[in-house]
Amino acid sequence: MKHLYANLYTWSAILAIVFASVVGDVRLSRAMKQVGDVGALRRRQGLWTVIVRVLGNQNFVLGVAAMAVAFFSLLFALSWGDVSLVAPAAASLTFIGNAFAAKIFLHERVDQRRWIAAVLVAGGVALLAG
Amino acid sequence: MNLRKYIVLAGVTLFAAGGDSLLSHGMKQLGSISLNHLQGVIFAILNPWVAAGIILLLAFFASYMTALSWADLTYVLPATSLGYVLLALVAKFALHEQVSPMRWAGIALIAGGVGFVAGGPSLTSHAHRERPEHLVEVDPAEISSEVEV
Repeated sequence: MKHLYANLYTWSAILAIVFASVVGDVRLSRAMKQVGDVGALRRRQGLWTVIVRVLGNQNFVLGVAAMAVAFFSLLFALSWGDVSLVAPAAASLTFIGNAFAAKIFLHERVDQRRWIAAVLVAGGVALLAG
Repeated sequence: MNLRKYIVLAGVTLFAAGGDSLLSHGMKQLGSISLNHLQGVIFAILNPWVAAGIILLLAFFASYMTALSWADLTYVLPATSLGYVLLALVAKFALHEQVSPMRWAGIALIAGGVGFVAGGPSLTSHAHRERPEHLVEVDPAEISSEVEV
């Protein structure tokens, strides 16, 4: 029974990592699309403008906050479960989650090519870290 | 996609892999940190390996954000995972560590996945629609005549 609870805690923390990471990645991606091509912006208006625009973007701040939540969830997950389960499970589920989220929230055209890639990379990460 | 953008993507891969390795090496030197003495984490940054790792991870974050400013999330993410492949190759050929068949299979899957994405377009989202008016892309040729962008 104790084992079951430990598993439940670990998987809850893994899901929290995945959720927070996906929210973070989507927010950061949207923030940078709103800022626009930073290379072009830097050439036009200088590095300082780029930094001010990025740091002043609400989605960027929320994205970084979500990444912080993901990091602390990772610490909790590692204290309850094995790193050989937590790291690959979180990384590969985040990959799949990001593909869905990018399609739904960022309106990226996630075609067959990208679905295959997401599944291959997620599987590969699981094998590498496993 | 031009050369400059491929260099940024290479930076995403290299800085992530390098930063993680340096951090991991530094933290192993320090030994495990007790959950009762979490402030030990703060002193960890005094370790030169950890400090260098943090600098590389900051460089990773900067190049990741740069890449996201002109490419899809689903295009950039596989590049970050290419770092795992790099680490395994370094482990095998520079550190002469044993890389198991299962890891080689993982490497093959990641490399294949990255190849699939890299062959396609880098930007498919229509971000300009949700962009504020003053941030709309300007043709570089017109910039000289632009007063306020």
